[in-house]
Amino acid sequence: MEHVAQLILIAVGAALINNFVLKYFVGICPFLGVSRRLDTAFGMGCAVTFVISVAAALSWTCTYFILRPGAPLTAWVWSLVSPGSDAVVDLSILNYIVYIFVIASSVQLVEMYVRKFFPSLYKSFGVFLPLITTNCAILFACLEIMKHVSGAGPAEMWGLDKALILAFFGGVGFTIAIVIMAGIREELDACDVPAPLRGAGITLIVAGILALAFMGFTGVDKSLADLLR
Amino acid sequence: MPNDGPTPLERFINGILPENPVYRLLLGMCPTLAVTSGMKPAMTMAAAVAFVLICANLITSLIRNLLKPHLRILVFTLTIATFVTIADRFLQAYAWPMSKVLGPYVPLIIVNCIIICRCEVCASKQSPPAALADAIGQSIGFALALATIASVREILGDGTWMGLPLIWQGSEQYKWVLMLLPPGAFITLGLLLGAANWIGSALGGRAKAGRSAE
Repeated sequence: MEHVAQLILIAVGAALINNFVLKYFVGICPFLGVSRRLDTAFGMGCAVTFVISVAAALSWTCTYFILRPGAPLTAWVWSLVSPGSDAVVDLSILNYIVYIFVIASSVQLVEMYVRKFFPSLYKSFGVFLPLITTNCAILFACLEIMKHVSGAGPAEMWGLDKALILAFFGGVGFTIAIVIMAGIREELDACDVPAPLRGAGITLIVAGILALAFMGFTGVDKSLADLLR
Repeated sequence: MPNDGPTPLERFINGILPENPVYRLLLGMCPTLAVTSGMKPAMTMAAAVAFVLICANLITSLIRNLLKPHLRILVFTLTIATFVTIADRFLQAYAWPMSKVLGPYVPLIIVNCIIICRCEVCASKQSPPAALADAIGQSIGFALALATIASVREILGDGTWMGLPLIWQGSEQYKWVLMLLPPGAFITLGLLLGAANWIGSALGGRAKAGRSAE
């Protein structure tokens, strides 16, 4: 029960309390660019959630088994190369390069999957699907997982379940934010916005008010932790 | 090889104000919002981005004839990731408190749209001098944008500038703490973008570039 409580806390934290867009400012580019219509916004949210989960799973596997100090596979290869040595091999300098490789491959994978099974959706996405590679949110999820895996002792090490929950619900939080923003922008189309603020200016101000609203979730994790205990 | 496209001097001048990466091209919003709660983190981030942009532009321009078209974005990103690793380790070694303040936003320079966009638009098509001038111009423009936003947020939110106390020291209740939090970042950037567009259109017709996001 304790483990499930931790998973619920991570999920609620990633989606609402520490919302990726409105608190950590990652994923702003699609948030500003794709949030004009509700259906494209929801589609983008789902695509980002899918890619974030795939990329997080792959990057957790690479970090846990190869990159972190004392990783199993690297230690085994090192023991073959120089047996009897008790040096701890630490490949974590390659972290960022491996993560960006993993993200590019995940986006390729998802693109092939969507093109095969949802061809109409693929057509409507156009150029935005490959652009998810430069989405800060995905690399940010990988970095958050790296914080809890690389250099963490066995007690606070994050398994694949916590990593996937963080990534998936981070994507869900991104989807919530972008869908709310799309709904508001559709209403804004009928308003008389001053000329200098049209486009990105008014969107950022609305995002600021949204961030203010989401600040109301602070402290929910403490109360939730007390409730689940 | 003939150098088609803007000259190095034009690239340099364009990067500062006419094609300012934040106010005109609307790129690199993530670090702009995240690290501008104070002038010191903002300037450190500007220095890191300048280092990565200059090095990545130079390398990309030197290998521009060897790039396969469908793999070029991956090659740009791997080059940028290498230099970001160098910058991140350097900051962790020599400026540990500042590295903690900047947190995950230094590795996020890898997916910063400014650098990938400049590699794609300029460095992969022009010779090293033009790419270098473009990188320096864009870095100065980015630093200018960060400085304006960070000054507003720090002075209103904390009464200091670069850590030096200016106003409202002793009367803490006038500090607008919201400016240091995420909503303040969004609202400041939105209003400053509006101001930049208004100044641009008042100076004549440049607001067209700023409206390309519509």
